[in-house]
Amino acid sequence: MDAQNGSAIAVDALVKRYKGATAVDGISFCLEPGSITGLLGGNGAGKTTTIAMIMGLVTPTSGTVTVLGAQMPKDRYRVLHRMNFESPYVDMPMRLTVRQNLSVFAQLYAVPAIDERIASLAAELELAEFLDRPTGKLSSGQKTRVSLAKALLNRPEILLLDEPTASLDPDTADWVRGRLDRYRIEHGATVLLASHNMTEVERLCERVIIMKKGRIEDDDAPERLLARYGRQTLEDVFLDVARGRGQHREAAQ
Amino acid sequence: MSGRDTGVEFSVNRVAAMVRRYWYLLRSSWPRILDLIYWPAVQMLMWGFLQLYVSQNAGFFARAGGAFIGSVLLWDILFRGQLGFSISFLEEMYARNLGNIMMSPLRPVEFIAALMIMSIVRLSIGMIPVTFLAIAFFGFNLWALGFALAAFFLNLILTSWSIGIFVAGVLLRNGLGAESLAWTIMFLFLPLTCVYYPVAVLPDFLQYVAWALPPTYVFEGMRALLIDHVFRADLMLEALAFNVVLFAVASLAFLKLLQSARVQGSLLQTGE
Repeated sequence: MDAQNGSAIAVDALVKRYKGATAVDGISFCLEPGSITGLLGGNGAGKTTTIAMIMGLVTPTSGTVTVLGAQMPKDRYRVLHRMNFESPYVDMPMRLTVRQNLSVFAQLYAVPAIDERIASLAAELELAEFLDRPTGKLSSGQKTRVSLAKALLNRPEILLLDEPTASLDPDTADWVRGRLDRYRIEHGATVLLASHNMTEVERLCERVIIMKKGRIEDDDAPERLLARYGRQTLEDVFLDVARGRGQHREAAQ
Repeated sequence: MSGRDTGVEFSVNRVAAMVRRYWYLLRSSWPRILDLIYWPAVQMLMWGFLQLYVSQNAGFFARAGGAFIGSVLLWDILFRGQLGFSISFLEEMYARNLGNIMMSPLRPVEFIAALMIMSIVRLSIGMIPVTFLAIAFFGFNLWALGFALAAFFLNLILTSWSIGIFVAGVLLRNGLGAESLAWTIMFLFLPLTCVYYPVAVLPDFLQYVAWALPPTYVFEGMRALLIDHVFRADLMLEALAFNVVLFAVASLAFLKLLQSARVQGSLLQTGE
């Protein structure tokens, strides 16, 4: 299915090379509206570069990325107000209070009734007690919740998450996953989630794309991956793929 | 949320959002505000006292009342204007917020407009008190220049924005490794734009370079006004023409560097 046929995100023969090094090597996939997909892969697999190309932050060497019908990065301003993201590679300005940060981004995204939206997100994400505290004074779990609030400010139809629970304790991470899932169900958002955390992907995602050295090594529903690889957990599937055992196992079967 | 978005529309709201972001930062930190006033004041006092001393011992300098202090103040408009622009931009890199900004619907032209506004805000905080200090210590009233001051200011701030825009492009493309450019690039203009001496002092070949730089016309114009008591409108118009070209070239360079940053992936990692 391509973008014209209704995919929220369509990636076709996408390649990104940096001075001889290939970060992404001819990948293709489509994401259905309202779906949640995990992008798995080790360090340097090409997950972040793929997400950056979908966001229009990085120009592909070849291939195309289409988001909500707009080609990225050329037509990005047609759709950026309908997307949002969260990544450990960016921070919110530390000296600004949480309320100031959220209010600036709400204005950038032309969110109507900004104060009400911030109040509603603060209640939903349990931010109310530190809304007027400088963002830099928060714990990493609190900062993640603020980043999540920023990512949900404009009620995005496309939500791109790059390791959203990295460096969080298990309890906070679980709480964040619950909120993300609820948002997707309530708003019908399409979510693409890059992660190292197999439990997270297993819990949230209805489809998993496994990348290795810039290529897609496998792409299927978690339960089908488990069945095909004959494994109990996605972590074992991931290790099979990372260590090149996947093809052998499948061939043997 | 706006429905249709053509990619070229300009939003005052988004510019206001960015100005608010920088204003919140500025008012949250008194050392940042103090820093805006500190150097202009020290510079003005040092040069002012030097002029006072020289003018008591040399006839020409006695006649050229205020030319040195005027040069210092106008130089600071040029230098601090660019610095105000560049520092606001650098704040995004220091805060690792550039990805959030670049991923938002904010257009490059709106980002630049917000940085221009902040350069004027920062300049005003730093320079207005210093102009009153110049009156108090040396009896030099910059404001008395009236319309001429407006013409000088317009031309100097346009140059400072052009340089600021170019530096922002280089920072986007090369990351914080190019940070020193933001602090030092304007010093190349100090000898070439003849801030403290007439263009005629330069060797012939450098005079061609000097006359290709808009601030040269402003500093010559200021000396004509303070020493010969003549307002040279022709110099201001020539400066404006050069500024329009410089601004267009800097804006094109910024867009090219931004495009190159997207190709190189440097918007993701804006560190060293």
